[in-house]
Amino acid sequence: MEAKRVSAPLSREAAARLRCGDAVLLSGTVYTARDAAHRRFLDCLRRGEPLPFPVENAVLFYVGPSPAPPGHVVGSAGPTTSYRMDAETPALLRLGLRGMIGKGRRSPEVIAAMREAGAVYFGAIGGAGALLSACVRSAELICYPDLGAEAVRRLEVENMPLTVVIDAAGNDLYELGRSAYLAQRAEANGN
Amino acid sequence: MRELDAGRITEAVARLCVAANLRLPADVTAAVEAARRAEDWPVACDVLDRILENDQLDKGLPICQDTGLACVFLEIGQEVHIRGDLRDAVDAGVRRGYREGYLRKSAVRDPLLDRVNTGDNTPAMLYTELVPGDRVKLTVAPKGFGSENMSRIAMLRPSDGVAGVKRFVLETAEAAGPNPCPPMVLGVGLGGTFDKCALLAKRALLRPLDSHHPDPRYAALEAELLEAVNALGIGPQGFGGRATALAVLIETMPTHIAGLPCAVNVNCHVARHQTEVL
Ligand code: SF4
Repeated sequence: MEAKRVSAPLSREAAARLRCGDAVLLSGTVYTARDAAHRRFLDCLRRGEPLPFPVENAVLFYVGPSPAPPGHVVGSAGPTTSYRMDAETPALLRLGLRGMIGKGRRSPEVIAAMREAGAVYFGAIGGAGALLSACVRSAELICYPDLGAEAVRRLEVENMPLTVVIDAAGNDLYELGRSAYLAQRAEANGN
Repeated sequence: MRELDAGRITEAVARLCVAANLRLPADVTAAVEAARRAEDWPVACDVLDRILENDQLDKGLPICQDTGLACVFLEIGQEVHIRGDLRDAVDAGVRRGYREGYLRKSAVRDPLLDRVNTGDNTPAMLYTELVPGDRVKLTVAPKGFGSENMSRIAMLRPSDGVAGVKRFVLETAEAAGPNPCPPMVLGVGLGGTFDKCALLAKRALLRPLDSHHPDPRYAALEAELLEAVNALGIGPQGFGGRATALAVLIETMPTHIAGLPCAVNVNCHVARHQTEVL
């Protein structure tokens, strides 16, 4: 399948053009955040403070990279499992978060909030952190340095290979891809 | 009595932490290649190609950014005397390996309340066993938590039998779905006590992926379970396809007349471990 070129930040219109199962090459700015950073984002909102990154149209990458060896901008940088961020995600989607990069299932609450926000969930290949690292052009720590690998970083990425797992209409590749495969398999077995 | 300086254990652990995170055992690569050949779903073929590309990059980066908790297995010959503090020596090895290898530090000191990163990936998850002889065999198996979190244990009834074990293994794979970065590897422990059973499942993950249980009945069950898991349709990364698992490895031990403990330790395609003998 020909990959669609997508840029980040991601507008609502561009997000609406993506369909579950699409292969995507993403370029632009993404922000890293995982468990601990998400808890701090919500603390910010509870205190009425602004988030440490521009959330409108933003794409978050659920990743805690390994340290960059000399000559690399970042170490290995593959996705972490997304469900751990499910509790905090609807609040961010309501503020305009437009995309998330991770792996694994999302909750019905997240999917419902994505539909309202016109947001997309991308899957990156889990366990291919060395390959994904090569797509990162620059990495800059923007807050929470005490969190180490979990600190929030601004990454400039180029042609990052992703798959649309859940589109803005709520279609979920984890359900649809699997049932399409099983249907084909049943047909091939002649039953 | 053979004398062994604890410093040599530190050096070996440091080397093994780096080696295990940077390259996969040959049997794991062979299993991914075999899964690619057997795959019949285009999206799944693409994912497996990318995984193989990643594993062969060799740019001095860890295969996966989750370089895990450092699980260190020591088989210590009864005729070796280790000079120095063994626990400290192992932790010093983890500290050095994770620093020098640019590996991610993923350990928190307190599991519930503070959750502050220890900063050097210590402490090691240390497993020691006394064995005959005067050698020390060290295995480091960094364990990521995307897959560890999908692991489960059930205290089945003896009457649940083979059908109950199959059901539990399949339920575990189903519940894990796309989360543990499939294709996965399933270590299955049967027997022992609650804790021994979990350890059997963990130790099963150290076996070569093309190995079989020595009892042909269990070897047949391993093959049957692998087939059943690969009929679920979850596929690589959960996008659909055949290759949901690369292997199902069963380890067994005696148990109580009233019990059939069954543990499933879930691992990912980054099925890392390296061994040295001192
Ligand atoms: S489950 Fe395995 S492959 Fe996936 S992120 Fe964790 S360690 Fe890496």
